[in-house]
Amino acid sequence: MSDGPLFSRERTWHPPAFTPGYKTSVTRAPSRALVSFPPTLSEETGPVFDHDVLGPLDNDLLHNFAAPGESAIGQRIIVHGRVLDETGRGVPNALVEFWQANAGGRYRHKKEGYLAPLDPNFGGCGRTITSEDGSYHFRTVKPGPYPWPNGGNDWRPAHIHFSVFGASFAQRLITQMYFEGDPLIWRCPIVATIPSREAVEQLIAPLDMNATIPMDSRAYKFDIVLRGRRATLFENRPEGT
Amino acid sequence: MQTLPYLKETASQTAGPYVHIGCVPNVCGITGVYPDDLGQVMRTDQAKGPHITVTGCVWDGTGTPLRDAMIEVWQADANGVYPGNDPRGPADPGVSGFGRFAGDPETGEWTFDTVKPGRVPMPDGGLQAPHVTVWIVARGINIGLHTRMYFADEEEANAEDPILARIEHKNRIPTLMAVPQDGGYRFDIRLQGDNETVFFDV
Repeated sequence: MSDGPLFSRERTWHPPAFTPGYKTSVTRAPSRALVSFPPTLSEETGPVFDHDVLGPLDNDLLHNFAAPGESAIGQRIIVHGRVLDETGRGVPNALVEFWQANAGGRYRHKKEGYLAPLDPNFGGCGRTITSEDGSYHFRTVKPGPYPWPNGGNDWRPAHIHFSVFGASFAQRLITQMYFEGDPLIWRCPIVATIPSREAVEQLIAPLDMNATIPMDSRAYKFDIVLRGRRATLFENRPEGT
Repeated sequence: MQTLPYLKETASQTAGPYVHIGCVPNVCGITGVYPDDLGQVMRTDQAKGPHITVTGCVWDGTGTPLRDAMIEVWQADANGVYPGNDPRGPADPGVSGFGRFAGDPETGEWTFDTVKPGRVPMPDGGLQAPHVTVWIVARGINIGLHTRMYFADEEEANAEDPILARIEHKNRIPTLMAVPQDGGYRFDIRLQGDNETVFFDV
């Protein structure tokens, strides 16, 4: 936790709860208004994760589920970027978790029935903790699109899910990263829950040729912005305390 | 006019039906990647304060349990101090403060063992009633929902709680109360409709 209260969340920038084009939201959206209050210690603190929770392959999805000497099948990529807050400062020691389908669009999950096969060398989960300047990186295979029962013929764009912890529990964020140039992005009802094109563009990772490893992996850059904190200019305290 | 230098917060997206792969992989059968899933154990046997078990479920607007939801909880120790980064100093080392639980894939129920939290001060010196902060994500939830779990058997403290006092519709306050049952507590979260749980914009 650092100085100053959190910036208010700009709720019109985020997707609203009720977005009927994404059918499951219809019965899972609160119908009453959220109740606001200024964050207290309960919201301004949050769990701290030490680097020693990480195993050596936690940020290497090519190998963290693979048999010795083998690796996952698919387009080898590096995903890298920074976790920042709204003031542009890097967020150090932020736990970043990610999960995704394999190269064919198949998730390793009991409730997933898509006919594309599992890759025996791909689990689909990874995690890392940001360094002092907020940067992170991992390597994986580029996930495939997959069909889902929403409209009659809806396909998710290729995407990687991200879960991020800032310094306070009220900064908690789960989002999805999409890939530059994917024509499915602008057809997706889940992407379309986001009100503005500008906010969607912020979820699309550009190809970053400067970060590729020649003859090995391409790279995509994805920066994540968490809520900022005000500087403590004047405290509104009662007289005499 | 000058432009303000602030960045925009990354927009939220649903955690989707397979959130377990990333957040509790061992629970969903992806073993061997992480030794343990984070947030499964919230206290040691030595943790101070009453040891409690909380059971509950998340329900949709039709009264159907969510079988794919994940909840995260964050709470203080028995003295009202948060583990990790509380500016007032260290908390009970037997309390993690953080829990993360998936609903049972058939019934949607989750259970967690923790300690009853102490009262946490407000910036002006007032005291909050004992509570656990709860965050809910699932398929169909576009942005994580914040709520709080209070304890129905803390009537005096609840009556003084400054956050509960902000809720205009007093008949909604019982939706935030965990109810004592068989040596533990029951806490149901209703996303929509009758007895809809109060959710917060914090």
